[in-house]
Amino acid sequence: MDVLYAVFIAPFVDMATAPIFFAEVIIGGLIAGVMYSLVALGFVLIFKASGVFNFAQGVLALFAGLTLVGLMEFMGQTSTQQLPWYLIALAIIGTAAVMVALAFAIERIVLRPLVNQEQIILFMSTIGLALFLEGFGDVLWGSDVKALDIGIPDASFEWGGILLNQFDLVAAATAAVLVAVLAVFFQKTRVGRALRAVADDHQAALSVGIPLKSIWVIVWSVAGIVAMVAGIMWGAKSGVQFSLSLIALKALPVLILGGFTSVPGAIVGGLIIGVGEKIAEIYWGPLIGGAIENWFAYMLAMVFLLFRPQGLFGEKIIERV
Amino acid sequence: MLYREAGQFKASYAADQAIFPITQDRVAVIAVLLIAYLGVPFIQGDYWFEAILLPLLIFALAAIGLNILTGYCGQISLGTGGFLAVGAYSTYKLMTAFPDLNILLIFILAGLITAGVGILFGLPSLRIKGFYLAVATLAAQFFLVWLFNKVPWFYNYHPSGNIEAPPREAFGFLITGAEATPQVRYVVILIFVTLLTLAAKNLVRGRIGRSWMAIRDMDIAAEIIGIRPLQTKLLAFAISSFYIGVAGAMMFSMWLGSVETEAFQLFVSFDVLFMIIIGGLGSLLGSFLGAGFILLLPIVLTNLFVGGLGFTANFAKHVEFMLFGGLIIFFLIVEPHGLARLWQITKEKLRLWPFPH
Repeated sequence: MDVLYAVFIAPFVDMATAPIFFAEVIIGGLIAGVMYSLVALGFVLIFKASGVFNFAQGVLALFAGLTLVGLMEFMGQTSTQQLPWYLIALAIIGTAAVMVALAFAIERIVLRPLVNQEQIILFMSTIGLALFLEGFGDVLWGSDVKALDIGIPDASFEWGGILLNQFDLVAAATAAVLVAVLAVFFQKTRVGRALRAVADDHQAALSVGIPLKSIWVIVWSVAGIVAMVAGIMWGAKSGVQFSLSLIALKALPVLILGGFTSVPGAIVGGLIIGVGEKIAEIYWGPLIGGAIENWFAYMLAMVFLLFRPQGLFGEKIIERV
Repeated sequence: MLYREAGQFKASYAADQAIFPITQDRVAVIAVLLIAYLGVPFIQGDYWFEAILLPLLIFALAAIGLNILTGYCGQISLGTGGFLAVGAYSTYKLMTAFPDLNILLIFILAGLITAGVGILFGLPSLRIKGFYLAVATLAAQFFLVWLFNKVPWFYNYHPSGNIEAPPREAFGFLITGAEATPQVRYVVILIFVTLLTLAAKNLVRGRIGRSWMAIRDMDIAAEIIGIRPLQTKLLAFAISSFYIGVAGAMMFSMWLGSVETEAFQLFVSFDVLFMIIIGGLGSLLGSFLGAGFILLLPIVLTNLFVGGLGFTANFAKHVEFMLFGGLIIFFLIVEPHGLARLWQITKEKLRLWPFPH
């Protein structure tokens, strides 16, 4: 009886008796979820347009973070002296340029020779890419943990009894803006329409004259820039370090929950996983020894998949012989 | 000139169904086995055994297991590290709970336990396919490693949290524990690997293997011609996990001797997956070649950088990462079907050599 009570009743009693704490847990989960969504977004963009399951997305974020810190140090950033805003902007633009150049290189060197290979081969090549970029970033910029300070205020304040952090709000707002910009880009521009066409059907897109190669470069560039935003947000919060590349692993359950091919799925999935993970960790975690964050998301996603194999928003899977 | 099959006629059904129909292949395999059994154990120097031969055989076994699942049955799995951990921890529990049980039997039992766990985590494969399944198997990886880390029962409440192989004998030889000589451990592992490879070869070329391949190539079509997806996929998960479990048991008790969950993290899963892809999907020879390649490359690179070029260890590690990643991409581009395919091409060329026209 005690076990049943502890599992099914006590957590809800806790939630009801401390609503403010519960709200803080949910908000904390949503903020973490936004970060997962950002990484998952990069995955979805690439998977939709090229069918490549890009394991290197997390490392792209790490690489962008390292590059940004490197550029800012090059411009005279020290631990005591803050750069003026235009130099920070310049460094961010410079990093974006590096990510675009990287997209060109990846398309030319890795993807083009592997056209028409099986998906698992492409997947493995992105793991190779992840290893390469990790080593490359470390060789270039050194491997110690770096603080990334781009001047976002990091103060806590109270709102209706709930403790909020300015930085988290900025991060969430940035993510929202990014998603909105991407949505407009996909729906309203010429390139966006071409991207959707390619995502829909490679062959048909080719036959109406959409150049696949340049589309891939664009998609990888966009994914690189999304990775940069994720890298900046995550790096500014907890420092730019190797563990940044591991958020890719957090983004995977988000992907299967939301569906590999759905941008809204990535966002909603990220939020669900973020909140679910935090609630499970805080209310049920202590019952079974804690540290369940690592696998809880996967279990949640797996159970979910049993009922909806294509994810929450994924396209219905139709199979023919 | 040497490698030519002209004049070798198959006069019986047995000859027709031989594993190595060409005499030269048979001779080569027997020669390799003779060297492995009668030559190698007399090598002096523990380094060769500890750093190269033992891990090579153990990872080749794990690679064969994963190849059965991924290469033959087409189900991508990223849970290899977790299943290796199941093999290792069940060996430990069996060894300490039943000290009188024959150690060789314990390996088999550990494999069977892992097979059971594999079936459990294989269940979603009926609904989920492709990369969705790959991500779902990550659940096995993270959950199992977490379980062995968090539940003290699995490591017998040892304060440091790691498990240590107690010394055990079989047929008068000490084969586990710190006192066992690497030579004896090598021979025991080699016997297991030989037998299990032979079993795998016969599995994949028989009815079961063909139904796996049918599922891999197109599961709906396979279902239509009367292959039951449930049994076939779960059988692949079970047998694959059995191999990986035995590999995990040996990895723990005969190679490392003392492990904690750190040894079974996600990168191990990726390493084994690299082995079968670099070696060749759907090829047993490829499992060995890939294991050799993935294990030897870092050793060679480290020796080259730290010993040859005098880099600091830290810097060398990063360059090593870069080169490892780069080489993997290079290999995938040059030969996406792996080393086994290169070997096949070499054989085709050898057949015509030295007069290719």
